[in-house]
Amino acid sequence: MISAERALDALGDRTRRRVFARLRNRTCSAGELAQGMGVTRSAVSQHLQVLKAAGLVVVSADGTRRLYQVDRRGVDALRRWLDGFWDETLGAFKEAAERAAAKARRS
Amino acid sequence: MAEQIVLNWTDPNSVRKVVKVQAPREVAWQVFTEQMGTWWPLAVYKIGKANAVDAIIEPRVGGRWYERGDDGSTCDWGRVLVWEPNSRLVLSWDINAEFQYDPALQTEIEVRFIAEEDGSTRVELEHRRLDRYGDRRDEMRTIFDKTGDWGQLLASFAQRAETSAKAAE
Repeated sequence: MISAERALDALGDRTRRRVFARLRNRTCSAGELAQGMGVTRSAVSQHLQVLKAAGLVVVSADGTRRLYQVDRRGVDALRRWLDGFWDETLGAFKEAAERAAAKARRS
Repeated sequence: MAEQIVLNWTDPNSVRKVVKVQAPREVAWQVFTEQMGTWWPLAVYKIGKANAVDAIIEPRVGGRWYERGDDGSTCDWGRVLVWEPNSRLVLSWDINAEFQYDPALQTEIEVRFIAEEDGSTRVELEHRRLDRYGDRRDEMRTIFDKTGDWGQLLASFAQRAETSAKAAE
């Protein structure tokens, strides 16, 4: 699992948050990301490296292009940090036990 | 989020949760111990490299508690310390702050199943001995517990953001 602390640290930078936000619904290259951001492509690349190290983005190769997309694992780590491990886990258990009980009552 | 009763509990070495389940005690026990893979958030809470497809508790004292991956591999999480069917379960949770298995860690999870008069079950969970995380105890406790207070959360985020901003200067 990935550390939420690192993800939070990575997102503590405003430009990096903007880079990450722009990746929310798409997969694209550093050059495409830089367009319209008022930030150089090399700066965007550096931010992407930090986001990648924090487990927030993953890179894949498309020919010679490097494409970036959101890494769900980092987002999951953040969610875990926000929601609390046992609240989420016990909530899921409650639902499963109640489904099982309802099924037993019907049969 | 499921209905849960929040306890006023501030032991720094322990996290306590209570959930009321609309199911008889035997069903709650069975789902918890025999069907863990059907409800445990395996997409998120797992440690192996493979996609986890099941979470298994071997039904005896000393039994393994582990995840099974889609490639057949298994990764231990801990051991069964107390096995009292329909009533009480104590597991060791031996996953360290780096989310790696460490059999020497031995934090403990106690789960109690208490039958209520209305036919439901009160399930009490305590994750304790968090002192075994050493200087990462507070960080881990935050992960296991619920932060709940968004004001505090945002303050902590702002503080982190400021620290990183300073470091970048």
